[in-house]
Amino acid sequence: MTLLSLDNLTVRRGECPVVDHVSLSVHAGECVGLIGPNGAGKTTLLRAALGLEPFSGASSLASLSAAERARAAAFLPQARQIAWPMAVETLVALGRVPHLPRGSTPGAVDRAAIDDALHRLGLDGFRQRIATQLSGGEQGRVLIARALAQQTPLLLADEPIAGLDPAQQIATMQVFSGLAQEGRAVVVSLHDLGLAARHCTRLILMHQGRLVADGAPDDVLTADLMAQVFGISIWRQDSPLGPVLQPMGVL
Amino acid sequence: MLLRIWLLTTLVILFALSVLTGPAGLTLVDTVRALFLGQGEAATLVMREIRLPRAILGVMVGASLGLSGAAMQGYLRNPLAEPGLIGVSGSAALGAVIVLQTGLAAAWWLALPMAALGGALAAVMLILLLAGPRGSSLTLILAGIAISALAGAMTTLVLNLSPNPFAASEVVFWMMGSLSDRSFDHVWIALPFMIIGWVLLLSLGRPLDVLTLGEDAAATMGVETRRVRMVMVLGIAACVGAATAVAGAIGFVGLVVPHVLRPFVGARPSALLWASALGGAAMVLAADLAVRLILPDRDLKLGVLMAIIGAPFFLHLIYKTRGELR
Repeated sequence: MTLLSLDNLTVRRGECPVVDHVSLSVHAGECVGLIGPNGAGKTTLLRAALGLEPFSGASSLASLSAAERARAAAFLPQARQIAWPMAVETLVALGRVPHLPRGSTPGAVDRAAIDDALHRLGLDGFRQRIATQLSGGEQGRVLIARALAQQTPLLLADEPIAGLDPAQQIATMQVFSGLAQEGRAVVVSLHDLGLAARHCTRLILMHQGRLVADGAPDDVLTADLMAQVFGISIWRQDSPLGPVLQPMGVL
Repeated sequence: MLLRIWLLTTLVILFALSVLTGPAGLTLVDTVRALFLGQGEAATLVMREIRLPRAILGVMVGASLGLSGAAMQGYLRNPLAEPGLIGVSGSAALGAVIVLQTGLAAAWWLALPMAALGGALAAVMLILLLAGPRGSSLTLILAGIAISALAGAMTTLVLNLSPNPFAASEVVFWMMGSLSDRSFDHVWIALPFMIIGWVLLLSLGRPLDVLTLGEDAAATMGVETRRVRMVMVLGIAACVGAATAVAGAIGFVGLVVPHVLRPFVGARPSALLWASALGGAAMVLAADLAVRLILPDRDLKLGVLMAIIGAPFFLHLIYKTRGELR
């Protein structure tokens, strides 16, 4: 089932295209890694796909009403914002808002979704903690849990593992690939090529606003493409847990 | 729930005290008889025409200002935000000052409130024009600061060109903000606008909760951010415009009340709306009681007292949050 389709999506800042005629589809069961250098247009692509940026072309999500879109896709913005000193559980519960009719309070289904999201991110013991008093990485996990509580078929996450410790990076990527195995889909932008190779079923490589490569991790993370797009040489070794990729030098 | 009961109880007690307090020297029995049974002509007049509208206006003005402050802080995600910040109070005051100075206020009793409402609405329109359909919170604040500065400059110009010192002093006194010498006429003229404002602002609870996560996250959680901004600005214009029209400029209620009550509602912006409306009403009633008790003979202005309490509080808030302000 196709959960997102972009057709010739283009975003311009003045004359300069930041996202340049990108077409792609995301299907249920996929964990898609969005990779590319800083300024490649990853964030803009995600935001435009959701209708948060003016664009030309077409996005299946942006054409939905705000309420329909909120039940079709959850978004985890790059900037981690928690404006008020609210309890972790209260924040995660906000993820249920798109499913609650006006004036109603969360029911059993909502509470189950909140519990599940907290559990997946290892936040069971954090329910009553004040989110703004947690560390940056812990706040990041709270916000991921909020997006999971939305229980949408599709999750778009913009650099969700930046600033997390290694264990939490792996755990978070496992949560995402787990969602894909359950039949949902995740599009996650990230800079760790090794984690992308091991946890994503498909990679999309962007460079200067254009989609340069789209396919299985082995087909995208080639020495040639890495040299051409990132300007790096890369060391690669296969391990029992999947491929290990390490950028070695700037070309 | 407990907080609401506590606030309501405080409000009822303060309302009763407000009705019982005044220079007429009526006993408790006199006031109750006059208020409910209409016994005693002079006492009935004092109670029904002076004290009762004053107390009711205190509740209305306080609720409007407290609610506006809570909505504004929730929307801008900034504990320093205040309705005056987006220039609505300043523009409402400018409208009022113009009719006071031109003598229109004396010629037609509706002119003063109508001009204040007009000023508030003009500020709102200008804000929407400047902040644009996709304007961020920062754009809104900056537009508000510019409009406040413009309204302040125009008010000063009107005072500067004042034909005589008496007219100027009348304006200056009015701008200090007060609930004394108000009648039910003031209640009826402000109430419809305030009710519209209350309904609009109280409808924003859930969107304001979600906006805790930022505008991008909120927009992808079903919140129509443009509609929320429109409802908020119109609601604040109705509340603050009507409040300024009948009571002059009373500042800081919208700053102090939400800040004090936030910890009691788990910092949830939706819960803070109701709490701040009740808390604002209680605070204005308490302050209006205080101006009558501290200097009964000198007509101490409510707005002056609020500023004396509020400004140091504002400094304290800036000092506390200075590390987070960038």
